[in-house]
Amino acid sequence: MSSHAATIAAAGHIAPGTAGAADAGRLVLLRDLKLAFRRPGQLIQPLAFFAIVTTLFPLAVSPELSRLRAVAPGVLWVAALLASLLALESLFRDDAYDGTLEQYALSGQPLTWLVFAKTATHWLLTGLPLALLAPLAALSLGAPPQSLGAIVICVGVGTVALSLIGSVGAALTLGIRRSGVLLALLTLPLSLPVLIFGARATELAMRGESFVAPLELLGALAVLGVTLAPLAAAAGVRISLE
Amino acid sequence: MNWRWFHRLGSPPYVYALARRLTPWFGWLSGLSMLAGLYGALLVAPADYQQGEGFRIIYVHAPTAWMSLMVYTTMAAAAAVGLIWRMKVAHAVAASCAPVGASFTFAALATGSLYGAPMWGTWWQWDPRLTSELILLFLYLGYMGLRGSIDDPQRADRASAVLAVVGVVNVPIIHYSVTWWNSLHQAPTVMRFGKPAMPGSMLAPLLIMLLAFTLFFAALLLVRLRAEILNRERTASWIPEVLKS
Repeated sequence: MSSHAATIAAAGHIAPGTAGAADAGRLVLLRDLKLAFRRPGQLIQPLAFFAIVTTLFPLAVSPELSRLRAVAPGVLWVAALLASLLALESLFRDDAYDGTLEQYALSGQPLTWLVFAKTATHWLLTGLPLALLAPLAALSLGAPPQSLGAIVICVGVGTVALSLIGSVGAALTLGIRRSGVLLALLTLPLSLPVLIFGARATELAMRGESFVAPLELLGALAVLGVTLAPLAAAAGVRISLE
Repeated sequence: MNWRWFHRLGSPPYVYALARRLTPWFGWLSGLSMLAGLYGALLVAPADYQQGEGFRIIYVHAPTAWMSLMVYTTMAAAAAVGLIWRMKVAHAVAASCAPVGASFTFAALATGSLYGAPMWGTWWQWDPRLTSELILLFLYLGYMGLRGSIDDPQRADRASAVLAVVGVVNVPIIHYSVTWWNSLHQAPTVMRFGKPAMPGSMLAPLLIMLLAFTLFFAALLLVRLRAEILNRERTASWIPEVLKS
């Protein structure tokens, strides 16, 4: 299998003698990106899911743009949250099955850092595309065109926090059969602050008001996630390897 | 400093015997203080001039809400001790806390809803405190769900301990973000209660009920802890001796 060859190559290359921690993180990130782009179908799935969920609302609520505009921030964020969640299940799963995670844990490099690199890949492959897709969905829900740039920024920052929170849930549910629902149960309550501040920032942006305050709070959540979530996720990965 | 007492807490037979000795104390003290508190709450305390007799539900609602948070903190502290010192008994404490805490949270939500029906005229309000309480219930359910889904007991202990610690970091963040969210969406006419100065005859029963519920939790925890230890150590040689005595 191609992923297997990549595993051995990656594990060999990131040993402390051959690579510093920064190089190891970069190699893990590049390897995950390479593997992901070999299966483009899986990359599209969360985005298609996001597009479908945002399409459901005009059909379920009303096609009137004035009514859709009122619920648009909430719809966008709930859809982004669920799409990000959907992609989380596979964050560590394949690497746990074929032993790559074990190699990482034994490699001598800080596992926290490697887990952070994997989480960063998750954001690059899910959060960033979602942020780029969000304006399209927002436009279809009646957002004024001048607010679209703000929406990209808000979703971009918010999904950083979502990916990090989700990495903890994904690590803790590793090895559990049919972990999807449990992952949602663990991750969604912890994601609520992101949802609240994200939807608020989007709402203010759509009204043409200053959205700096909630955006800063989103940024604070993302920073807090960067500092703490990889530690917890790495602990979760280690526990699953015991 | 002498750490002997702490090391002894790592021994399941010692903790089992200690729990058995302490349970009646906490149980009886809890029962007595609850009777005293209920007497004060239902008979002594005057009816509220705005809320009438209905306010008396606060004597159950406030202690259960208080306990829901305290149990979560206890659970997270025990989980952290279990993670750091690899103490089996601490994990057993955390495991025993979760269903009790979830029940307190559910009771707080139910009494809050009953309280809301006459006071707000609706069974449910997206009040920040009720919303935070609901999210706390989800956190408990997630913890129990994770613990229940992992077959290996040691892995279940450690994974759910990480989750409890992550949760306790997030509880204040969730609480403040929900409060902030609520201040934007809720009309400011919602009745605020709880904070205004209470006369002593109203406050004293509330404090006694808080104490009674705390003792009740301690007694319940000790009983559950014994069951948990028996279950975990069921193959150990000390069990038959202890059960005979």
